[in-house]
Amino acid sequence: MIEVKNLTRYYGEKRALHDVSFDVQKGEVLGLLGPNAAGKTTTMRILTCFMTPTSGTARVAGYDIWDQPMEVKNRIGYLPENPPLYSDLRVMEYLDFVAKINNIPKNKRQASIDNAIEKSGLGDVRNQVIGSLSKGFRQRAGLAQALLGDPEILILDEPTVGLDPRQIIEIRELIKKLGGDHTIILSTHILPEVEMTCGRVVIINEGEVVAEDTPGNLTKRLTGSERTIVEVEGKEEDARAAIQSVGEVLSVTKQKASTDNHLKFVIETQTDVRRDLAKTLVEKGMGLYELRAEAYSLEEIFLHLTTKEEAA
Amino acid sequence: MKKTFAVYQKELKHFFYSPIAYIVIAAFVIIAGIFFYLYLSSFVEAAFMDMIRSQQYRTPPQKFNVNLQLIRPFFWNLALISLFVLPLVTMRLFSEEKKSGTVELLYTRPLSSVHIVLGKFFAGVTFYLVMLIPTMIFMLLLFIYGNPEFWPVVSGYLGLLLLGSAFIAGGLFISTLTENQIIAAIGGFGLSLVLWIIGWAANFSGPGMAGILNYLSIINHFEDFAQGVIDTKHVFYYLLFSAFGVYLSLKSIESIKWKS
Repeated sequence: MIEVKNLTRYYGEKRALHDVSFDVQKGEVLGLLGPNAAGKTTTMRILTCFMTPTSGTARVAGYDIWDQPMEVKNRIGYLPENPPLYSDLRVMEYLDFVAKINNIPKNKRQASIDNAIEKSGLGDVRNQVIGSLSKGFRQRAGLAQALLGDPEILILDEPTVGLDPRQIIEIRELIKKLGGDHTIILSTHILPEVEMTCGRVVIINEGEVVAEDTPGNLTKRLTGSERTIVEVEGKEEDARAAIQSVGEVLSVTKQKASTDNHLKFVIETQTDVRRDLAKTLVEKGMGLYELRAEAYSLEEIFLHLTTKEEAA
Repeated sequence: MKKTFAVYQKELKHFFYSPIAYIVIAAFVIIAGIFFYLYLSSFVEAAFMDMIRSQQYRTPPQKFNVNLQLIRPFFWNLALISLFVLPLVTMRLFSEEKKSGTVELLYTRPLSSVHIVLGKFFAGVTFYLVMLIPTMIFMLLLFIYGNPEFWPVVSGYLGLLLLGSAFIAGGLFISTLTENQIIAAIGGFGLSLVLWIIGWAANFSGPGMAGILNYLSIINHFEDFAQGVIDTKHVFYYLLFSAFGVYLSLKSIESIKWKS
């Protein structure tokens, strides 16, 4: 549905994107993940034909962004980072304007507006002046605008920014629901959001794609080690000795335990050592309170990928 | 065409939903009213003095022409007030879209820059027309209490509308260059003023140059309209000027894509 090929973009001397390529299949929800100023917005702006790349190209629904920008724009609903709203218009007037410039035929316009209002939960404020709306409703108005005319492709730049937790959940649910029928690219720097909504993630840092996979695979592929958390009662030397004896231990970090006479360690090992560790600890007569494997969060993978490897 | 109209409608809403529109219109009409009152008073006084004089010396009274001595200078003044007020109308046409980020909406919708620029230009012209309508009450008073010629009034308004369109096209272009409305207003005013006074420079330059400067001067072309003459040469000048401003605006907003 979307093919991005070798996009490079300079702002003057500064390089914002370097040789970015990825594909998005029909019906897929793709997360663009990266720290601020990584190039997410630039990528989206190029796909929506707001900007032209310095080199490279992209095809959206089979249309090239250079050759047929109008066809591309026709098929994309776009929510920019700052919702593009006219604060002096009413929500209805605003959506009516966007519907008119969106090639939505007159007989379908009202239905399309009603549909967008319903999906984004704007029903109560449809006759309010946009300037008087809270941040959350403004974000929804921006989203409603993107949904007008039921475009094949949705490009959402940080769609949950500024919403309260309940609204965030609603919007994520909505995005999940929209996936399947629509092809969606969303950008975010909030990792749980990607884990919850996206089928695939492209991680961008400093204008380059650093990883591309499903959230699950990324976790698996990039760690290569197991992490176990263990909480015991006993002497620290004994506990450390027991841990070291179970196999190849990469690191042991002491953490604050739940009570003062307990010890808590985070252990990184090459293989799963829970079984052996439990046995050793119990044999040594130590009280075992907790033993569990902990998966790496995307957060850590992300940091791992995006912080430059420095001589450490 | 439909999309141009959608942009046009939206712009008119922006004008009339904001208090600035009413302040601008009120200022325009009040200043015009003061000028009208002053011209009318001096005209009436002059006519009255002449009547007394003619009775005292038993000479025939002079001919006083309302069109020439009242309406014509009044049109000149409307043109002058427009010079000051129109930058306030054009300043937000584009700057506001840039400032609030709504350009991103306009440029990512299936909308060409022609739709955007023409919609905005015609909305500006329409707003100017709305500004001019209250001043027609002054003219109406003259028709009720006197008998001025009708067509010079029509040509005067046509001239104002053409002159205003030229100012608006220039102001629109300036507005595409900056996201700061104050700068847009000052720039628009500066541009209009330079074009207004450029004719003076003709007095001090060689014959070839003088012709060019005189032709460029935006106000020289207004003279005939104020006198009641509609010359296609001047109509063409204003239309060309407006088209040029619109064209520059188009080029300017198309270049944003490459710069930003």
